[in-house]
Amino acid sequence: MQRYSLFHLARQALRGNKRCTPAWNAPTLKSKYDVVIIGGGGHGLATAYYLAKNYGVTNVAVLEKGWIGGGNSGRNTTNVRSDYMFPESVAVYDLALRLYEQLAKEINFNIMLSQRGWVTLIHDQHQLESAQHKRNSLACNGVDAQIIGRDEVRRMIPSLNMQDAARHPVIGAFLQKRGGTIRHDAVVWGYARAADQLGVHIVQGCEVLAFERAGGRITTVNTSRGRISCGAVGVAVAGHSSLIADMAGFRLPLTSHCLQAMVSEPIKPVLNHVVFSPNTGVYINQTQKGELVMGSARDLYASYGQRGTFPTIEKTITAVVEMFPIFGQTRLMRHWAGIVDIVPDSSPILGPTPVDNMHINCGWGSGGFKAIPAGGLLLACSLATGKPHPLAVPFGLDRFRSNRLVDESAAAGSAH
Amino acid sequence: MIVIRCPYCHELKTEDELTYGGEGGVTRPVAPENASDAEWTDYLFMRINRKGPHREHWCCAIGCGQWFKVTRNTVTHEVIKIDRWDESALG
Repeated sequence: MQRYSLFHLARQALRGNKRCTPAWNAPTLKSKYDVVIIGGGGHGLATAYYLAKNYGVTNVAVLEKGWIGGGNSGRNTTNVRSDYMFPESVAVYDLALRLYEQLAKEINFNIMLSQRGWVTLIHDQHQLESAQHKRNSLACNGVDAQIIGRDEVRRMIPSLNMQDAARHPVIGAFLQKRGGTIRHDAVVWGYARAADQLGVHIVQGCEVLAFERAGGRITTVNTSRGRISCGAVGVAVAGHSSLIADMAGFRLPLTSHCLQAMVSEPIKPVLNHVVFSPNTGVYINQTQKGELVMGSARDLYASYGQRGTFPTIEKTITAVVEMFPIFGQTRLMRHWAGIVDIVPDSSPILGPTPVDNMHINCGWGSGGFKAIPAGGLLLACSLATGKPHPLAVPFGLDRFRSNRLVDESAAAGSAH
Repeated sequence: MIVIRCPYCHELKTEDELTYGGEGGVTRPVAPENASDAEWTDYLFMRINRKGPHREHWCCAIGCGQWFKVTRNTVTHEVIKIDRWDESALG
Protein backbone atom coordinates (compact mmCIF):
# COMPACT_ATOMS: atom_id res chain seq x y z
CA MET A 1 0.00 0.00 0.00
CA GLN A 2 1.33 3.38 -0.98
CA ARG A 3 1.80 5.97 1.74
CA TYR A 4 0.45 9.35 0.68
CA SER A 5 2.69 12.40 1.03
CA LEU A 6 3.75 15.48 -0.87
CA PHE A 7 6.70 13.46 -2.22
CA HIS A 8 4.37 10.66 -3.34
CA LEU A 9 2.08 13.19 -5.03
CA ALA A 10 4.96 14.85 -6.90
CA ARG A 11 6.47 11.52 -7.97
CA GLN A 12 3.14 10.24 -9.27
CA ALA A 13 2.52 13.50 -11.11
CA LEU A 14 5.93 13.27 -12.84
CA ARG A 15 5.13 9.70 -13.90
CA GLY A 16 1.79 10.82 -15.32
CA ASN A 17 -0.09 9.03 -12.50
CA LYS A 18 0.47 5.74 -14.32
CA ARG A 19 1.68 3.82 -11.27
CA CYS A 20 -1.11 4.78 -8.88
CA THR A 21 -2.59 1.74 -7.17
CA PRO A 22 -6.21 1.43 -6.00
CA ALA A 23 -6.74 2.86 -2.50
CA TRP A 24 -8.55 -0.30 -1.43
CA ASN A 25 -8.94 -3.81 -2.84
CA ALA A 26 -11.94 -5.55 -4.35
CA PRO A 27 -11.78 -8.84 -2.40
CA THR A 28 -13.59 -12.06 -3.19
CA LEU A 29 -16.45 -12.54 -0.76
CA LYS A 30 -15.73 -15.31 1.75
CA SER A 31 -18.42 -17.60 3.13
CA LYS A 32 -17.71 -16.76 6.76
CA TYR A 33 -16.78 -13.62 8.72
CA ASP A 34 -16.55 -12.86 12.43
CA VAL A 35 -18.43 -9.61 11.88
CA VAL A 36 -20.63 -8.55 8.97
CA ILE A 37 -21.33 -4.81 8.78
CA ILE A 38 -24.30 -3.78 6.67
CA GLY A 39 -23.84 -0.37 5.09
CA GLY A 40 -20.70 0.97 3.43
CA GLY A 41 -21.13 4.61 4.30
CA GLY A 42 -19.00 6.61 6.70
CA HIS A 43 -20.46 4.94 9.80
CA GLY A 44 -20.10 1.37 8.47
CA LEU A 45 -16.54 1.89 7.24
CA ALA A 46 -15.52 3.70 10.44
CA THR A 47 -16.98 0.79 12.42
CA ALA A 48 -14.85 -1.66 10.44
CA TYR A 49 -11.74 0.49 10.90
CA TYR A 50 -12.14 0.83 14.68
CA LEU A 51 -13.04 -2.88 15.02
CA ALA A 52 -9.73 -3.77 13.38
CA LYS A 53 -7.62 -1.05 14.97
CA ASN A 54 -8.98 -0.87 18.53
CA TYR A 55 -10.23 -4.42 19.03
CA GLY A 56 -8.07 -6.49 16.68
CA VAL A 57 -11.11 -7.92 14.90
CA THR A 58 -10.04 -8.08 11.26
CA ASN A 59 -12.14 -10.90 9.81
CA VAL A 60 -14.78 -8.34 8.90
CA ALA A 61 -16.89 -7.69 5.80
CA VAL A 62 -18.56 -4.37 5.01
CA LEU A 63 -21.50 -5.03 2.68
CA GLU A 64 -22.67 -2.12 0.55
CA LYS A 65 -25.74 -2.39 -1.69
CA GLY A 66 -24.51 0.28 -4.12
CA TRP A 67 -21.10 1.92 -4.00
CA ILE A 68 -19.38 3.09 -0.81
CA GLY A 69 -20.38 6.60 0.21
CA GLY A 70 -23.27 6.63 -2.26
CA GLY A 71 -25.94 7.02 0.39
CA ASN A 72 -26.16 9.75 3.01
CA SER A 73 -22.35 10.01 3.24
CA GLY A 74 -22.45 11.45 -0.27
CA ARG A 75 -25.70 13.38 0.18
CA ASN A 76 -25.04 15.79 3.04
CA THR A 77 -23.69 19.33 3.44
CA THR A 78 -20.37 18.20 5.01
CA ASN A 79 -20.91 20.30 8.16
CA VAL A 80 -19.32 19.40 11.48
CA ARG A 81 -19.89 20.88 14.95
CA SER A 82 -20.50 19.61 18.47
CA ASP A 83 -22.69 22.30 20.07
CA TYR A 84 -25.35 20.02 21.55
CA MET A 85 -27.23 20.57 24.81
CA PHE A 86 -27.23 17.47 26.99
CA PRO A 87 -23.98 16.12 28.50
CA GLU A 88 -24.73 12.68 26.99
CA SER A 89 -25.01 14.17 23.49
CA VAL A 90 -22.02 16.48 23.81
CA ALA A 91 -19.88 13.54 24.95
CA VAL A 92 -20.65 11.69 21.71
CA TYR A 93 -20.62 14.58 19.24
CA ASP A 94 -17.49 16.18 20.68
CA LEU A 95 -15.75 12.79 20.65
CA ALA A 96 -16.58 12.70 16.93
CA LEU A 97 -15.14 16.17 16.37
CA ARG A 98 -11.99 15.37 18.35
CA LEU A 99 -11.50 12.18 16.33
CA TYR A 100 -12.05 14.15 13.10
CA GLU A 101 -9.41 16.67 14.23
CA GLN A 102 -6.74 13.96 14.29
CA LEU A 103 -8.13 11.70 11.57
CA ALA A 104 -6.17 12.92 8.55
CA LYS A 105 -2.85 12.17 10.29
CA GLU A 106 -4.10 8.92 11.76
CA ILE A 107 -5.28 7.38 8.48
CA ASN A 108 -2.85 9.22 6.16
CA PHE A 109 -5.67 10.68 4.09
CA ASN A 110 -6.41 14.40 3.74
CA ILE A 111 -10.04 14.78 4.82
CA MET A 112 -9.81 18.55 4.23
CA LEU A 113 -11.12 19.48 7.68
CA SER A 114 -11.76 23.22 7.63
CA GLN A 115 -12.63 24.54 11.10
CA ARG A 116 -13.85 27.83 9.75
CA GLY A 117 -16.45 28.43 12.48
CA TRP A 118 -20.11 27.45 12.66
CA VAL A 119 -22.25 30.57 13.06
CA THR A 120 -25.85 30.34 14.27
CA LEU A 121 -27.50 33.70 13.76
CA ILE A 122 -29.48 35.25 16.61
CA HIS A 123 -32.58 37.07 15.38
CA ASP A 124 -34.30 38.14 18.60
CA GLN A 125 -34.07 38.40 22.39
CA HIS A 126 -35.44 34.89 22.96
CA GLN A 127 -32.84 33.32 20.70
CA LEU A 128 -30.16 35.37 22.45
CA GLU A 129 -31.23 33.99 25.81
CA SER A 130 -31.33 30.39 24.55
CA ALA A 131 -27.92 30.89 22.94
CA GLN A 132 -26.53 32.10 26.28
CA HIS A 133 -28.08 29.07 27.98
CA LYS A 134 -26.48 26.78 25.39
CA ARG A 135 -23.08 28.48 25.66
CA ASN A 136 -23.12 28.05 29.45
CA SER A 137 -24.21 24.45 29.13
CA LEU A 138 -21.40 23.77 26.65
CA ALA A 139 -18.87 25.50 28.93
CA CYS A 140 -19.90 23.09 31.71
CA ASN A 141 -19.23 20.23 29.29
CA GLY A 142 -15.86 21.61 28.23
CA VAL A 143 -16.78 22.51 24.65
CA ASP A 144 -15.89 25.82 23.00
CA ALA A 145 -18.68 28.25 22.17
CA GLN A 146 -19.17 31.99 22.27
CA ILE A 147 -21.69 34.70 21.57
CA ILE A 148 -20.65 37.48 19.26
CA GLY A 149 -22.31 40.86 18.82
CA ARG A 150 -23.90 42.44 15.78
CA ASP A 151 -20.80 44.38 14.77
CA GLU A 152 -18.64 41.27 14.92
CA VAL A 153 -21.15 39.38 12.73
CA ARG A 154 -21.05 42.25 10.22
CA ARG A 155 -17.24 42.14 10.18
CA MET A 156 -17.08 38.36 9.77
CA ILE A 157 -19.87 38.04 7.18
CA PRO A 158 -19.99 41.30 5.21
CA SER A 159 -22.33 39.91 2.56
CA LEU A 160 -25.08 39.10 5.09
CA ASN A 161 -28.21 41.26 4.98
CA MET A 162 -27.98 43.07 8.35
CA GLN A 163 -30.43 45.89 7.67
CA ASP A 164 -32.91 46.75 10.39
CA ALA A 165 -35.66 46.24 7.84
CA ALA A 166 -34.47 42.72 6.97
CA ARG A 167 -37.15 40.02 7.20
CA HIS A 168 -35.03 38.33 9.89
CA PRO A 169 -32.91 41.02 11.59
CA VAL A 170 -29.59 39.86 13.07
CA ILE A 171 -28.70 40.99 16.59
CA GLY A 172 -25.71 38.71 17.10
CA ALA A 173 -24.63 35.12 16.64
CA PHE A 174 -23.64 31.94 18.44
CA LEU A 175 -20.25 30.76 17.25
CA GLN A 176 -18.49 27.42 17.58
CA LYS A 177 -15.02 28.07 16.19
CA ARG A 178 -14.13 24.38 15.97
CA GLY A 179 -17.13 23.77 13.73
CA GLY A 180 -16.78 23.85 9.97
CA THR A 181 -16.73 21.49 7.02
CA ILE A 182 -14.94 18.35 5.83
CA ARG A 183 -14.62 16.81 2.38
CA HIS A 184 -17.28 14.08 2.67
CA ASP A 185 -15.86 11.64 0.08
CA ALA A 186 -12.47 11.85 1.74
CA VAL A 187 -13.94 10.57 5.01
CA VAL A 188 -15.47 7.57 3.24
CA TRP A 189 -12.43 6.83 1.09
CA GLY A 190 -10.02 7.43 3.96
CA TYR A 191 -11.80 5.03 6.31
CA ALA A 192 -12.19 2.49 3.46
CA ARG A 193 -8.46 2.60 2.68
CA ALA A 194 -7.48 2.40 6.35
CA ALA A 195 -9.88 -0.49 7.06
CA ASP A 196 -8.72 -2.32 3.92
CA GLN A 197 -5.09 -1.98 5.04
CA LEU A 198 -6.01 -3.70 8.29
CA GLY A 199 -7.57 -6.64 6.42
CA VAL A 200 -11.25 -5.69 6.27
CA HIS A 201 -13.16 -6.81 3.16
CA ILE A 202 -15.15 -4.03 1.51
CA VAL A 203 -17.76 -5.58 -0.77
CA GLN A 204 -19.68 -3.22 -3.03
CA GLY A 205 -22.77 -4.11 -5.04
CA CYS A 206 -23.82 -6.60 -2.37
CA GLU A 207 -27.37 -6.23 -1.08
CA VAL A 208 -28.62 -7.94 2.08
CA LEU A 209 -31.81 -9.88 1.26
CA ALA A 210 -32.63 -11.91 4.39
CA PHE A 211 -31.30 -13.35 7.63
CA GLU A 212 -31.24 -16.98 8.78
CA ARG A 213 -31.68 -17.33 12.53
CA ALA A 214 -31.18 -19.98 15.16
CA GLY A 215 -31.72 -19.56 18.90
CA GLY A 216 -32.33 -15.81 18.83
CA ARG A 217 -29.12 -15.20 16.84
CA ILE A 218 -28.44 -14.46 13.23
CA THR A 219 -26.33 -17.28 11.83
CA THR A 220 -26.30 -16.40 8.16
CA VAL A 221 -26.77 -13.29 6.07
CA ASN A 222 -28.27 -13.95 2.64
CA THR A 223 -27.02 -11.44 0.12
CA SER A 224 -27.33 -10.81 -3.60
CA ARG A 225 -23.82 -12.31 -3.87
CA GLY A 226 -24.38 -15.40 -1.75
CA ARG A 227 -24.75 -16.64 1.81
CA ILE A 228 -22.38 -15.47 4.55
CA SER A 229 -22.08 -17.10 7.97
CA CYS A 230 -21.39 -14.54 10.65
CA GLY A 231 -20.50 -14.18 14.29
CA ALA A 232 -22.11 -10.78 14.74
CA VAL A 233 -23.95 -8.29 12.55
CA GLY A 234 -23.54 -4.50 12.67
CA VAL A 235 -26.14 -2.28 11.05
CA ALA A 236 -25.24 1.21 9.83
CA VAL A 237 -27.77 2.01 7.13
CA ALA A 238 -29.35 5.26 8.41
CA GLY A 239 -32.68 5.90 6.68
CA HIS A 240 -33.06 2.26 5.63
CA SER A 241 -32.63 0.84 9.16
CA SER A 242 -36.34 -0.03 9.47
CA LEU A 243 -36.01 -2.39 6.48
CA ILE A 244 -33.11 -4.31 8.04
CA ALA A 245 -34.93 -4.40 11.40
CA ASP A 246 -38.00 -5.79 9.64
CA MET A 247 -35.88 -8.60 8.10
CA ALA A 248 -34.52 -9.34 11.59
CA GLY A 249 -38.00 -9.36 13.14
CA PHE A 250 -38.16 -6.19 15.25
CA ARG A 251 -39.30 -2.60 14.88
CA LEU A 252 -37.50 0.70 15.45
CA PRO A 253 -38.83 4.11 16.53
CA LEU A 254 -37.78 5.63 13.20
CA THR A 255 -39.43 7.59 10.44
CA SER A 256 -37.48 8.10 7.22
CA HIS A 257 -37.54 11.53 5.67
CA CYS A 258 -35.96 13.22 2.69
CA LEU A 259 -33.34 15.87 3.56
CA GLN A 260 -32.25 18.00 0.64
CA ALA A 261 -29.31 20.16 -0.20
CA MET A 262 -28.16 22.01 -3.27
CA VAL A 263 -25.10 23.69 -4.68
CA SER A 264 -24.57 26.77 -6.84
CA GLU A 265 -22.07 27.34 -9.60
CA PRO A 266 -18.60 28.22 -8.23
CA ILE A 267 -17.97 31.88 -7.46
CA LYS A 268 -15.01 33.77 -5.98
CA PRO A 269 -14.43 33.37 -2.21
CA VAL A 270 -17.09 35.40 -0.43
CA LEU A 271 -18.28 33.38 2.55
CA ASN A 272 -15.72 32.21 5.12
CA HIS A 273 -17.99 30.48 7.65
CA VAL A 274 -20.91 28.11 7.87
CA VAL A 275 -23.96 30.28 8.53
CA PHE A 276 -27.24 28.98 9.93
CA SER A 277 -30.45 30.92 10.43
CA PRO A 278 -32.80 29.35 12.98
CA ASN A 279 -35.73 31.36 11.62
CA THR A 280 -35.53 29.96 8.11
CA GLY A 281 -33.80 26.67 8.94
CA VAL A 282 -31.31 27.40 6.15
CA TYR A 283 -27.58 26.80 6.43
CA ILE A 284 -25.02 27.81 3.85
CA ASN A 285 -21.28 27.61 3.30
CA GLN A 286 -18.86 27.98 0.42
CA THR A 287 -16.72 25.05 -0.63
CA GLN A 288 -13.01 25.31 -1.40
CA LYS A 289 -14.03 25.13 -5.07
CA GLY A 290 -16.23 28.19 -4.62
CA GLU A 291 -19.67 26.58 -4.80
CA LEU A 292 -22.32 27.66 -2.31
CA VAL A 293 -23.73 24.63 -0.50
CA MET A 294 -27.20 25.21 0.89
CA GLY A 295 -29.61 23.10 2.87
CA SER A 296 -32.66 23.53 5.03
CA ALA A 297 -35.24 21.52 6.95
CA ARG A 298 -36.25 18.00 5.99
CA ASP A 299 -39.44 17.33 4.02
CA LEU A 300 -42.09 16.77 6.66
CA TYR A 301 -43.67 13.61 5.22
CA ALA A 302 -42.18 10.10 5.25
CA SER A 303 -40.02 9.52 2.21
CA TYR A 304 -37.47 7.15 0.71
CA GLY A 305 -37.19 9.27 -2.45
CA GLN A 306 -33.48 10.10 -2.77
CA ARG A 307 -34.01 13.22 -4.85
CA GLY A 308 -34.89 16.87 -4.43
CA THR A 309 -38.41 18.28 -4.56
CA PHE A 310 -39.25 21.72 -5.87
CA PRO A 311 -41.23 23.14 -2.90
CA THR A 312 -38.16 22.69 -0.66
CA ILE A 313 -35.73 24.02 -3.27
CA GLU A 314 -37.89 27.12 -3.65
CA LYS A 315 -38.16 27.70 0.12
CA THR A 316 -34.43 27.24 0.64
CA ILE A 317 -33.42 29.53 -2.19
CA THR A 318 -35.93 32.20 -1.12
CA ALA A 319 -34.41 32.22 2.37
CA VAL A 320 -30.82 32.25 1.08
CA VAL A 321 -31.48 35.24 -1.16
CA GLU A 322 -33.23 37.01 1.73
CA MET A 323 -30.14 36.46 3.91
CA PHE A 324 -27.59 37.12 1.14
CA PRO A 325 -29.12 39.36 -1.55
CA ILE A 326 -25.81 39.33 -3.48
CA PHE A 327 -26.34 35.63 -4.28
CA GLY A 328 -29.52 36.45 -6.19
CA GLN A 329 -27.86 36.18 -9.60
CA THR A 330 -26.07 32.92 -8.85
CA ARG A 331 -27.25 29.87 -10.75
CA LEU A 332 -28.06 26.57 -9.08
CA MET A 333 -25.97 23.69 -10.36
CA ARG A 334 -27.14 20.48 -8.62
CA HIS A 335 -29.48 19.35 -5.92
CA TRP A 336 -29.68 16.08 -4.05
CA ALA A 337 -31.36 14.35 -1.12
CA GLY A 338 -30.50 11.78 1.51
CA ILE A 339 -32.90 9.68 3.55
CA VAL A 340 -32.52 10.56 7.21
CA ASP A 341 -33.79 8.41 10.09
CA ILE A 342 -35.74 10.61 12.48
CA VAL A 343 -36.17 9.47 16.09
CA PRO A 344 -38.83 11.02 18.38
CA ASP A 345 -36.14 12.50 20.70
CA SER A 346 -33.70 13.44 17.89
CA SER A 347 -30.93 11.34 19.43
CA PRO A 348 -29.17 8.33 17.90
CA ILE A 349 -29.86 4.69 18.67
CA LEU A 350 -26.67 2.81 19.50
CA GLY A 351 -25.87 -0.69 20.70
CA PRO A 352 -27.69 -4.00 21.16
CA THR A 353 -31.01 -4.91 19.52
CA PRO A 354 -33.65 -7.55 20.38
CA VAL A 355 -31.56 -9.97 18.25
CA ASP A 356 -28.63 -11.22 20.38
CA ASN A 357 -25.76 -10.75 17.95
CA MET A 358 -27.07 -7.77 16.00
CA HIS A 359 -25.91 -4.29 17.01
CA ILE A 360 -27.15 -1.07 15.50
CA ASN A 361 -26.01 2.49 14.82
CA CYS A 362 -28.88 4.62 13.50
CA GLY A 363 -31.19 7.52 14.27
CA TRP A 364 -28.68 10.32 13.72
CA GLY A 365 -31.32 12.11 11.68
CA SER A 366 -29.79 15.05 9.88
CA GLY A 367 -26.64 14.94 12.04
CA GLY A 368 -25.08 11.70 10.84
CA PHE A 369 -22.10 13.02 8.90
CA LYS A 370 -20.65 15.01 11.81
CA ALA A 371 -20.93 11.92 14.04
CA ILE A 372 -19.18 9.36 11.81
CA PRO A 373 -16.03 8.71 13.89
CA ALA A 374 -17.98 8.40 17.15
CA GLY A 375 -20.73 6.29 15.57
CA GLY A 376 -18.09 3.94 14.18
CA LEU A 377 -16.13 3.71 17.41
CA LEU A 378 -19.22 3.04 19.55
CA LEU A 379 -20.67 0.41 17.19
CA ALA A 380 -17.26 -1.28 16.99
CA CYS A 381 -17.16 -1.53 20.79
CA SER A 382 -20.65 -3.01 20.86
CA LEU A 383 -19.78 -5.60 18.18
CA ALA A 384 -16.44 -6.55 19.73
CA THR A 385 -17.54 -6.83 23.36
CA GLY A 386 -21.27 -7.57 23.00
CA LYS A 387 -22.01 -4.66 25.30
CA PRO A 388 -22.59 -0.97 24.52
CA HIS A 389 -19.72 1.48 25.02
CA PRO A 390 -20.25 3.54 28.22
CA LEU A 391 -20.90 6.64 26.07
CA ALA A 392 -23.56 4.71 24.11
CA VAL A 393 -25.50 3.47 27.16
CA PRO A 394 -27.86 6.51 27.30
CA PHE A 395 -28.64 5.96 23.61
CA GLY A 396 -29.80 2.34 23.77
CA LEU A 397 -32.98 1.16 22.06
CA ASP A 398 -34.29 0.29 25.55
CA ARG A 399 -34.59 4.00 26.44
CA PHE A 400 -37.98 4.17 24.73
CA ARG A 401 -39.35 1.49 27.02
CA SER A 402 -37.72 2.88 30.17
CA ASN A 403 -38.80 6.39 29.12
CA ARG A 404 -35.32 7.92 29.51
CA LEU A 405 -35.32 9.96 26.32
CA VAL A 406 -32.47 12.34 25.46
CA ASP A 407 -34.64 15.03 23.95
CA GLU A 408 -32.13 17.08 21.98
CA SER A 409 -34.68 18.68 19.66
CA ALA A 410 -36.63 20.13 22.58
CA ALA A 411 -33.46 21.20 24.40
CA ALA A 412 -31.75 22.89 21.47
CA GLY A 413 -34.89 24.38 19.99
CA SER A 414 -34.04 23.24 16.49
CA ALA A 415 -33.93 20.10 14.47
CA HIS A 416 -30.65 18.28 14.09
CA MET B 1 -44.72 18.02 -5.34
CA ILE B 2 -47.38 15.89 -3.70
CA VAL B 3 -50.89 16.84 -4.84
CA ILE B 4 -53.91 15.23 -3.18
CA ARG B 5 -57.62 15.81 -3.76
CA CYS B 6 -59.28 16.13 -0.35
CA PRO B 7 -62.03 13.48 -0.10
CA TYR B 8 -64.21 15.87 1.93
CA CYS B 9 -64.09 19.25 0.16
CA HIS B 10 -62.92 17.72 -3.17
CA GLU B 11 -60.39 20.48 -3.73
CA LEU B 12 -56.96 19.72 -5.16
CA LYS B 13 -54.32 20.58 -2.52
CA THR B 14 -50.52 20.69 -2.78
CA GLU B 15 -48.19 19.44 -0.03
CA ASP B 16 -47.75 23.02 1.21
CA GLU B 17 -51.49 23.28 1.84
CA LEU B 18 -51.66 19.94 3.66
CA THR B 19 -50.36 18.77 7.02
CA TYR B 20 -48.76 15.36 7.33
CA GLY B 21 -50.07 13.29 10.24
CA GLY B 22 -47.69 10.33 10.24
CA GLU B 23 -48.12 6.60 9.89
CA GLY B 24 -51.61 5.11 9.88
CA GLY B 25 -52.70 1.96 11.65
CA VAL B 26 -51.17 2.98 14.99
CA THR B 27 -53.88 2.06 17.48
CA ARG B 28 -53.97 3.26 21.09
CA PRO B 29 -54.30 0.38 23.58
CA VAL B 30 -58.02 -0.17 24.08
CA ALA B 31 -57.67 -0.72 27.84
CA PRO B 32 -54.72 1.57 28.71
CA GLU B 33 -54.61 0.53 32.38
CA ASN B 34 -54.00 -3.10 31.33
CA ALA B 35 -51.43 -2.37 28.61
CA SER B 36 -47.91 -3.60 29.30
CA ASP B 37 -44.82 -1.38 28.99
CA ALA B 38 -44.00 -3.16 25.73
CA GLU B 39 -47.46 -2.42 24.31
CA TRP B 40 -47.17 1.25 25.29
CA THR B 41 -43.70 1.49 23.78
CA ASP B 42 -44.98 -0.04 20.56
CA TYR B 43 -47.90 2.38 20.41
CA LEU B 44 -45.91 5.50 21.28
CA PHE B 45 -42.68 4.95 19.37
CA MET B 46 -42.33 1.89 17.16
CA ARG B 47 -43.20 2.33 13.48
CA ILE B 48 -43.24 0.15 10.38
CA ASN B 49 -41.78 3.01 8.30
CA ARG B 50 -42.43 1.17 5.05
CA LYS B 51 -40.50 1.74 1.84
CA GLY B 52 -43.17 1.60 -0.86
CA PRO B 53 -46.96 1.72 -0.33
CA HIS B 54 -47.46 3.37 3.06
CA ARG B 55 -50.69 4.06 4.96
CA GLU B 56 -50.69 7.50 6.49
CA HIS B 57 -52.83 10.43 7.60
CA TRP B 58 -53.04 13.87 6.02
CA CYS B 59 -55.04 16.96 6.94
CA CYS B 60 -56.60 19.47 4.54
CA ALA B 61 -54.99 22.18 6.68
CA ILE B 62 -55.38 25.19 4.38
CA GLY B 63 -58.84 24.12 3.29
CA CYS B 64 -61.68 22.33 5.01
CA GLY B 65 -59.59 21.13 7.98
CA GLN B 66 -60.58 17.45 7.74
CA TRP B 67 -58.16 14.60 8.38
CA PHE B 68 -58.23 11.71 5.93
CA LYS B 69 -56.32 8.55 5.06
CA VAL B 70 -53.91 8.15 2.18
CA THR B 71 -51.95 5.20 0.82
CA ARG B 72 -48.85 6.62 -0.84
CA ASN B 73 -45.70 5.12 -2.30
CA THR B 74 -42.87 6.59 -0.17
CA VAL B 75 -40.34 6.17 -3.00
CA THR B 76 -42.25 7.59 -5.97
CA HIS B 77 -44.78 9.69 -3.96
CA GLU B 78 -47.56 8.23 -6.11
CA VAL B 79 -50.88 8.56 -4.26
CA ILE B 80 -52.50 5.13 -4.53
CA LYS B 81 -55.64 5.50 -2.46
CA ILE B 82 -57.49 8.25 -0.58
CA ASP B 83 -60.09 7.32 2.05
CA ARG B 84 -62.55 9.16 4.24
CA TRP B 85 -62.93 7.92 7.80
CA ASP B 86 -66.47 6.74 7.15
CA GLU B 87 -65.50 4.63 4.14
CA SER B 88 -63.44 1.93 5.84
CA ALA B 89 -62.45 0.66 9.27
CA LEU B 90 -60.35 2.87 11.54
CA GLY B 91 -56.62 2.75 11.10
